[in-house]
Amino acid sequence: MALLSVRGLSVAYAGGTALDSLDLALHRGETLALVGESGSGKSQAALAVMGLLPEAARVSGSVRFDGTELIGLPRPALDRIRGARIGMVFQEPMSALDPLFPVGRQIALPLQAHRGLTRAQARARALDLLTLVGIRDAERRLSAYPHELSGGERQRVMIAMALACEPDLLIADEPTTALDVTVQAQILALLADLKARLGLALLFITHDLRLVRRMAERVAVLRAGRLVETGPTERIFARPQSPEARDLLAAEPRGRKAPVPAGAPVVMAARGLSVSYPGRGGLFTRAAPRRALQGIDLALRAGQTLGVVGESGSGKSSLGRALVRLEPAATGLVRFEDRDLTRLDRAGLRPLRRFFQPVFQDPYGSLSPRLSAGEIVAEGLRVHAPGLSARERDARAAEAFAQVRLDPETRHRQPHAFSGGQRQRIAIARAIILRPKVVVLDEPTSALDRTVQRDIVALLRDLQARHGLAYLFISHDLAVVRALADTVLVLRDGREVERGETAAVLARPREAYTRALVAAADLAPEGQS
Amino acid sequence: MTDAVIPFVLRRLVQAVPTLFLVVTLSFVLVRLAPGGPFDLERPLAPSAMENLRRVYGLDQPLPVQYARYLGALLTGDLGPSFSVRDLSVAELLGRGLPVSMTLGALALLAALVLGAGLGGLAAAAKGRPLDHAVTALRTVALTVPGFVVAPLLQIAFGLSLRWLPVGGWEGGAPAHLVLPVVTLALPQAAAIAQLTRNALLEVLATQPMRTLRALGLPRRVIALHALRGAALPVISYLGPTAAGLLTGSVVVETIFGLPGIGRAFVDGALNRDYTLVMGTVVLVAVFVVAFNLLVDLAYALVDPRVRHA
Repeated sequence: MALLSVRGLSVAYAGGTALDSLDLALHRGETLALVGESGSGKSQAALAVMGLLPEAARVSGSVRFDGTELIGLPRPALDRIRGARIGMVFQEPMSALDPLFPVGRQIALPLQAHRGLTRAQARARALDLLTLVGIRDAERRLSAYPHELSGGERQRVMIAMALACEPDLLIADEPTTALDVTVQAQILALLADLKARLGLALLFITHDLRLVRRMAERVAVLRAGRLVETGPTERIFARPQSPEARDLLAAEPRGRKAPVPAGAPVVMAARGLSVSYPGRGGLFTRAAPRRALQGIDLALRAGQTLGVVGESGSGKSSLGRALVRLEPAATGLVRFEDRDLTRLDRAGLRPLRRFFQPVFQDPYGSLSPRLSAGEIVAEGLRVHAPGLSARERDARAAEAFAQVRLDPETRHRQPHAFSGGQRQRIAIARAIILRPKVVVLDEPTSALDRTVQRDIVALLRDLQARHGLAYLFISHDLAVVRALADTVLVLRDGREVERGETAAVLARPREAYTRALVAAADLAPEGQS
Repeated sequence: MTDAVIPFVLRRLVQAVPTLFLVVTLSFVLVRLAPGGPFDLERPLAPSAMENLRRVYGLDQPLPVQYARYLGALLTGDLGPSFSVRDLSVAELLGRGLPVSMTLGALALLAALVLGAGLGGLAAAAKGRPLDHAVTALRTVALTVPGFVVAPLLQIAFGLSLRWLPVGGWEGGAPAHLVLPVVTLALPQAAAIAQLTRNALLEVLATQPMRTLRALGLPRRVIALHALRGAALPVISYLGPTAAGLLTGSVVVETIFGLPGIGRAFVDGALNRDYTLVMGTVVLVAVFVVAFNLLVDLAYALVDPRVRHA
């Protein structure tokens, strides 16, 4: 008999159906991957199993766990199962832990509740658990607060909490999405190891099919709330039957960028670029200043893409902001064509700003909710082309919409009416309407689903070829960098680790850190999708 | 961390000096702008007597000199003589009023906190159900009906009709005399705290850390305790200025119930153009506000580790 058996599970809200009669079965010791893009209903399924859906959700169907029906189970009975026999790990380890309590206390909670351990006993067991999930110096970490831990450590703490009462089933909802690639690889290895050692069944929820190949025996593919395909992992990867599964498998950005034309002029250059932030203190303390970027040199030619790769805190965003002069703490030399930008004040920079435009990661946060999409796109023209009438600006906005392949008629809508990928297109349109020569793209595809990413990558390549744009492309995602960048610069702790032609660096990384990044990214072989 | 608290407190106290200086200067200017003076009586004094009085109290000096003298005295902790209550200094007058106002204020604060947090918690637990709506209705009434309406109603009901409680007077702080003024002071604050607590609790309960606790199968009681800690933060920041206000007396309540507190002293001082008394009261309130804002920051650090360290 299956340990977890889901039959006809549906979740509906006033706005529509989030999950439509899902059937799943998961046996003891088995890993099932639930795969789908955002909005496919995969998290809804996990939350429904755990009884964690918001009050507004209407749930129907059946979820049987080891013979007990969980849907409609009264709270006290449910609370004897969740946390005790089913553990759950959430996506965002920062926001999933309580910031006000030491992690040791939080790990002890389920032990006190389900096992009736005293505080001291629970603490001793929490110490074992932290060691089990590979946290170094566990004794001292017990009394640390979540904000004092790194992202990877927090996720290990989450896993320790979920495993505290030795559950039979672990549900991991995008457990590595918020983490750096090398940390991601460590957490996946830990989950695989724990699963083998403890005989866990694992329901592994992800949008990233590449992770699935190494983790799961079986795969279930969701799209728009419906199960579209399920089967053994090998078979799905070798012979996907549904168009949805084929699409997900082919979603890695492919192809290469055209080489930079010979003799293309250098449009932007930097020498000895450094950024250092004053110490950020708590209420009672002042920390020492932090050097975010140290002594970076670079030159960007028209039509060239320099990929900047590194993990969080490596200084890659500081580099991007320093280059477009949005980083007041930057020192060093930045030249645009023949002008030294570091000598210009705000007023002197303003007429030049249209030539170097930034595009940021978060397509939700970087668009003003009070303006229409067309107004957002045309806003820069007010400053940089003050002679244009409102009608002319609107015409240019419509043109920019067409360039990023959005329907120009949609420009009158507010930003929230667009999907994540469409919003990123709006952000790109806002930059290119000014006819820049350099665009700094800071993780423009990171918040997007793989299939949407693929389209944005194609769009960026196309715009570059048409307008001879130079890109500084900042990303932690080597698959995207491979598809877009001529050269790649690897940063760590604000310093250059390695630099070279993209294909060469990815095929034969010289430095250990680059090798770790490349290994963790698990890129599909060249020429294959 | 504990060794970092003392330098922090010292730094904050030093930072408070310019604030207090500004308050003193502004109140000095404002009180002198008011028409009339401390010795303008209905029956005017003889010019020579007036001249004498003004010389005794230094009012014949140019304003900048008076200002400098006041500041100098203030630095030594001297709030000056009262102009209206002969033979008493401002410090003595405030010293008489402060125990009255602080007793009332502290009791009202305690009552408001217990009642407000309790009702807020109940309303959050009963979100959307009749109890929640009832608390909302009570809250609206308590917040909108002003003290000068509530106080006479209480006096009529409990003092004149039922004859359970005295309608006014201090009588050395006898408990029966405290009830009605404390209730009048506490009601609107309890309402505000109930509203804050309810909303903060509901907000915290909807966050991901609380979802994690539910996923761990923890009992409601444990989850509620965690949520309360998070919900305490907005309540604490509200309590700072509120406590400073309550402890330094209420003009309305002290006047209606005939209580010899700071609020009354301030009104009397203002009506009599008792410059030093008015300014002394202002300085006292400012010191309380500074002190309680400091306490709020310390309490925040106690509750939230992210505030404690970098």
